[in-house]
Amino acid sequence: MAKYTLSINGQKVQVEAEPDTPMLWVIRDYVGLKGTKFGCGMALCGACTIHLDGQPIRACQTPISSIKKKNKITTIEGISANIDHVVQRAWIEEQVPQCGYCQSGQIMSAVALLKAIPNPTDADIDTYMSGNLCRCGTYNRIRKAIHTAAAALQTESNK
Amino acid sequence: MSNNQKSNIQRRDFLKFTGLSATAFILGIPSVKADEPALISNLSNLEDAFNLNPYVLIERSGKITLFNTKPEMGQGTYQSIPAIIAEELELSPGQYTVQQTGGEKRFGPLQFSGGSYSVRGSYHDLRKVGAAAREMLLTAAARQWNVPESECYAQDAKIFHHPSGKSLGYGDLVETASKLDAPQNPRLKDPADFKMLGKSVQRADIPLKISGRAVFGIDVEVPGMVYASVERCPVFGAALKGFDKKMALKVAGVEQVLEVVREYGTYKSTGVAVVAKNYWAALKGRKALKVEWDFKGNEKFNSTDYAQSLRELAKTEGLVDHTSGDFDKVYAETNQKLEALYETPFVSHSPLEAMNCTAHWKDEKTLEVWTSTQVPGDVMETLRGRFGLKEENVTVHTCFNGGGFGRRLALDFILEAVDLAKTIKKPVKVLWTREDDTQQGPFRPLTFSALKGALSSDGKLLALQHKVISPTVSAFLEPERDKSKPDGTMTEGISSQAYEIPNMKNLFVLADVHIPLGYWRSVTSSTLAFAHECFIDELAHQAGKDPLQFRMDMLTKDSDTKRVLQKLREVSGWDKPLPPGRGRGIAQWDFFAGLAGHVVEVSKTSDNAVKIDKVYAVIDLGTVVNPDNVKAQVEGGIVMGITAAIKNGITFANGQTEQSNFHDNPIMRMSEMPQIEVHILAEGGDKIKGVGEPGLPPVAAALANAVFAATGKRIRKLPFDPEAL
Repeated sequence: MAKYTLSINGQKVQVEAEPDTPMLWVIRDYVGLKGTKFGCGMALCGACTIHLDGQPIRACQTPISSIKKKNKITTIEGISANIDHVVQRAWIEEQVPQCGYCQSGQIMSAVALLKAIPNPTDADIDTYMSGNLCRCGTYNRIRKAIHTAAAALQTESNK
Repeated sequence: MSNNQKSNIQRRDFLKFTGLSATAFILGIPSVKADEPALISNLSNLEDAFNLNPYVLIERSGKITLFNTKPEMGQGTYQSIPAIIAEELELSPGQYTVQQTGGEKRFGPLQFSGGSYSVRGSYHDLRKVGAAAREMLLTAAARQWNVPESECYAQDAKIFHHPSGKSLGYGDLVETASKLDAPQNPRLKDPADFKMLGKSVQRADIPLKISGRAVFGIDVEVPGMVYASVERCPVFGAALKGFDKKMALKVAGVEQVLEVVREYGTYKSTGVAVVAKNYWAALKGRKALKVEWDFKGNEKFNSTDYAQSLRELAKTEGLVDHTSGDFDKVYAETNQKLEALYETPFVSHSPLEAMNCTAHWKDEKTLEVWTSTQVPGDVMETLRGRFGLKEENVTVHTCFNGGGFGRRLALDFILEAVDLAKTIKKPVKVLWTREDDTQQGPFRPLTFSALKGALSSDGKLLALQHKVISPTVSAFLEPERDKSKPDGTMTEGISSQAYEIPNMKNLFVLADVHIPLGYWRSVTSSTLAFAHECFIDELAHQAGKDPLQFRMDMLTKDSDTKRVLQKLREVSGWDKPLPPGRGRGIAQWDFFAGLAGHVVEVSKTSDNAVKIDKVYAVIDLGTVVNPDNVKAQVEGGIVMGITAAIKNGITFANGQTEQSNFHDNPIMRMSEMPQIEVHILAEGGDKIKGVGEPGLPPVAAALANAVFAATGKRIRKLPFDPEAL
């Protein structure tokens, strides 16, 4: 067991864990933030997507020992306090989720996509989002919601 | 919460549950903390709460809770079911909260999500539930004001007196109302006045699901709980010979290693559970286990040989499931005929939330479980019976299901956790890995269809025979079933298509298998529709007719199927020829859950490859509760159906599942999506059909028929690779 200081959603958290413990289980079961989901354990489905200094990573393949003190981790709980992030608003507008289990990961990928490419094409969305699986088949709505969010960002930046 | 409060609510729950038909409902978001009872955890002050019937609870403060008996697994029952009550009770979406029921007797026998039954099976009764509660509140107000009821009306959780304009909130009226008898035939609203039903109302679960707030089974935590991962034999039908737990116990955090039995109907297998302080330790402990199995010859099983045995069985006569006219005679006497064998594989459900259950024995006679299940009623009943417990001593918390698709109709993963918790005398969360989920079943049965058809000289279908050859789900879940009779589940829908075929004979050949099998979204229709509707397409081409017109020619009488096909013709632009290199295919399927049809368009990307461009869908409902949600369900059914046609396929070698995770058991991705356009036939009235499943069965057939139209290649076996035809 080793002691780690993590910065998660802007808060400092002390965790004692085995160094090889994936961040997925650290976040869920040590820190208690359940929005980050376990789907495959092999970085194949994207349900555990979180941001490390703004970049999307798969928490199931990221051991706690690889996290540095200065790293800033963001989970689905950290993207907005009131479910009003532009991507979340678009997700509501397009009524994207069905079972909802993959949607934390989808949203974390979409937030990162829009940061990298504020006005993505369908091809950009295909490239960026194809690592996030959805068994309910909400992909077309996700695509639409990303365009909706991009349009909202555009409007905001023009103000 | 004090015991006193608890007993009050229980007593009151039973006060007024009179008269209404017993199709009851509850669903809620259980608390993550075990010390807050889930069913009533969101209710503020129970001393001041009154039930007007099992599904409507109103507190004096005005807070209103509607109970939902249909677990939410993505299909939208968290919105659609309470909305039916709320519409008649004159509530707007923000004026009530929803609680999920946990199999309590007072909520009736239909506490499950399955068979696309939730809305269609409760729509009419739940309108009465809401209307009766509204009338009770209205009567209470009229009496209090001493005015005629006819001068009062309900709106936005209040009763108004029309002449004076005065009003009272439901909270002010509920105590008086709860003392009234529930009206047996309350007046229902005119659908023209509906504010929510028939409208695309936003779902209340969506904000929870995009912010990490929704509680799925996997998210539950109980104080003092431990975690377990179970090593189960990869070979089906094997026995545990022994295990060495020494290395596993050396892993930091591992507490115990012990046997636990998984039961799925008649399928039983003993596994080895590693119990640890955290899940990662349990996984590491599991990897450190040394387990010895007795494969008992089952290691020789492989799906290649098994499929061949079904091809042999296809040559046997089989049991007659349906006969009309004289197929044998007409087929023998007709010159123009066609025969084909269609094959579909075993497939996995693969909901993204792997199976899990948290179980806590508070003492030897008091049990609490938290799980993602489609069948809380069955869970409650089974746990009570299995352990001889009183209903009040079993609490089932029905969490949001991270996908169901039929997998969560099974109790295997629940019983395993409950048994383990009983042995170790600690609350425990048993969580399956993706590999466990992919490899252990139950799977959709591999299903073959042998078809024969005879055409008249002018291209009319005179005779059709569809013989289904398959192992059955009932072999595991209903072992007492008479095997000398055809299994209706395995032949569902094939005899009841609306096509007017003068001579039909449908048969069933039972195949044995020891691999656990389960109901998969749209059950056998997901395979039979592929075979049946592709073969109809083959016959159309043989007859030299347009595949849609060939079908219409068999639908001289008015029928829902006919209207679906007419609508598809219109919305897909069927009669407008596609440019060279593109093709479209059509299929429909009418079965227990409902009716839908699709036109799929593909384009050739090379000589032996196609791209799926677009799916036009028409679903026949009659009455629709939430059109946008219906569209979402049809979209989802299409994606799952295409996935099963071109991706999935569970195979076995050396007695074991060959696939293990999403790399070798893939599902469709964003980049592979066709456009989807959904149309709903909803003329209103009493007719109401299912939503969750009907969008699935026809899609594989429509796709394969489109491939034929574009390339001339006939697909008779799933899965197929559209990029390597």
